[in-house]
Amino acid sequence: MRFGVQHLGDSAVLVTLGDHADEVALARVRGVTAALEKDPPAHMVESVPGYRTVAIHYDPLSISYEAFKDLVVEKVSGVSGASAPPARTIEIPVCYGGDFGPDLTAVAQHNDIEEKAVVSLHTKQEYRVRMIGFAPGFAYLDGMSERLATPRLEQPRRSVPAGSVGIAGGQTGVYPLDTPGGWRLIGRTPLRLFDPALEEPSLLRTGDVVRFVAIDQATFNSRNGGAS
Amino acid sequence: MDRFSARVANRLVGNDDGAAVLEMTLKGPTIEFEDDALIALSGADLSPRVADVSIPGWRALLVKAGTTLTFGPARWGCRAYLAVAGGIDVPEVMGSRSTHLRAGFGGYEGRALRGGDDLQRGAPSELAEEIAAGAPRDTGQRTFALTQKRIGAQSIRSIFDRSTVRYTTGCEARLFGAATRAAFDETTFTVSPASDRMGFRLTGRALEIDDEQELPSRGVAFGSVQVPRGGEPILLMADHQTTGGYPVIADVIAADLPLVAQRKPGDKLRFQRVDVGEAQRVLREAETLLDEMTERAHADG
Repeated sequence: MRFGVQHLGDSAVLVTLGDHADEVALARVRGVTAALEKDPPAHMVESVPGYRTVAIHYDPLSISYEAFKDLVVEKVSGVSGASAPPARTIEIPVCYGGDFGPDLTAVAQHNDIEEKAVVSLHTKQEYRVRMIGFAPGFAYLDGMSERLATPRLEQPRRSVPAGSVGIAGGQTGVYPLDTPGGWRLIGRTPLRLFDPALEEPSLLRTGDVVRFVAIDQATFNSRNGGAS
Repeated sequence: MDRFSARVANRLVGNDDGAAVLEMTLKGPTIEFEDDALIALSGADLSPRVADVSIPGWRALLVKAGTTLTFGPARWGCRAYLAVAGGIDVPEVMGSRSTHLRAGFGGYEGRALRGGDDLQRGAPSELAEEIAAGAPRDTGQRTFALTQKRIGAQSIRSIFDRSTVRYTTGCEARLFGAATRAAFDETTFTVSPASDRMGFRLTGRALEIDDEQELPSRGVAFGSVQVPRGGEPILLMADHQTTGGYPVIADVIAADLPLVAQRKPGDKLRFQRVDVGEAQRVLREAETLLDEMTERAHADG
């Protein structure tokens, strides 16, 4: 597997695993991430997967860039795209529309389809988590139907509740925390995308397959605050 | 933000480097000590006063129960640190006592402190007892006493008095032309008011990118200098997002992050390129200096 390693400042390296952010790169990223977690090189602090890269933070007081780079090259050389663990499939229950989805109508109108069709198009796709970033537990998802694409709000909302499911341009995602936001909100999930008390605080990870499943208000209420 | 200053404050009161400290930005609170405490201030000079008497930074002092610590105008720097022997006692979340303001967890209830908040401290170390013992017993009218444990002004200046901030070439530096990269070193940037713990926006020159590629997001670091579409660089700081999709032209070296953290809106920054080997050598030197500074006890009061 061809790859490159360069310095990322004096306390990290960047491993580049492909020229494009495609399925091949994703498999390599997952393989390298798994290998680093299983058997971290000496003095590694943390690894951060990207779309086609893995950034590895290390302690520069304990090891030089050159020596750490050698350890990384050795580790990555032993990884093939095929050594990625099997992808998990995570179902995210979503209560669509009503108070949870104030922009559902706008998305439907913008795309000249029925509200029911928005839900149907959103739930029948399989999405792939390409990366966790932007905010704790926020998953960048690939795979939304083009027929749902809707521009962001002109004026972002000052506070979007955690668990809100939204659309921005051609992307869909779930807000893990209460934050300001300009995404078009179509529903809400009772699941917690991020819980700092857990061993693995982020519900989703790079490479997961995600499906959204429509639930009703009663089901939402019974599951609010829980994990799947 | 300024880890060097935070660590010095902790060492002055006999704490481990990682003990929780209080970070104050440009303005300090009014703090009443309900028990005797060994404390130290480092980083920015926010005109600290104990019982309305001016006190020095970079020096451990004993304050008596009932004494009040107040602050005034910022005379130098931006972020000051208060360390208390035993460390500030808040629960550990994800292995840290720090606060993630944006996400609202960690630290004290996941938020900035407010008037009326009560902070607890951990047990002082044996070293803290030794340091405290070095303070004069009889303080006369005063409700505080200076110990011998302090850092000299010259040592501090050597860390903070630099006219340039050193960096190593960014992972996407090659996307900027040679002219832009040269200009980056020659420009005097100003820290804009639209700056915070996540990043400093720098004004002074919009940096043109030669190769406009759609860049997939990747991990970034404290000190990474990103260049968004408008061309005005963003210098990522302590609360930076873990990943970013803008091209990075430079990464500030770890040893120079403390001096960046002490710059406030309106202050200037100039950059100077070094290679990774040099950056790491400088960091090791800074670490040695930190150890020497904090182990030495000064004989004169």
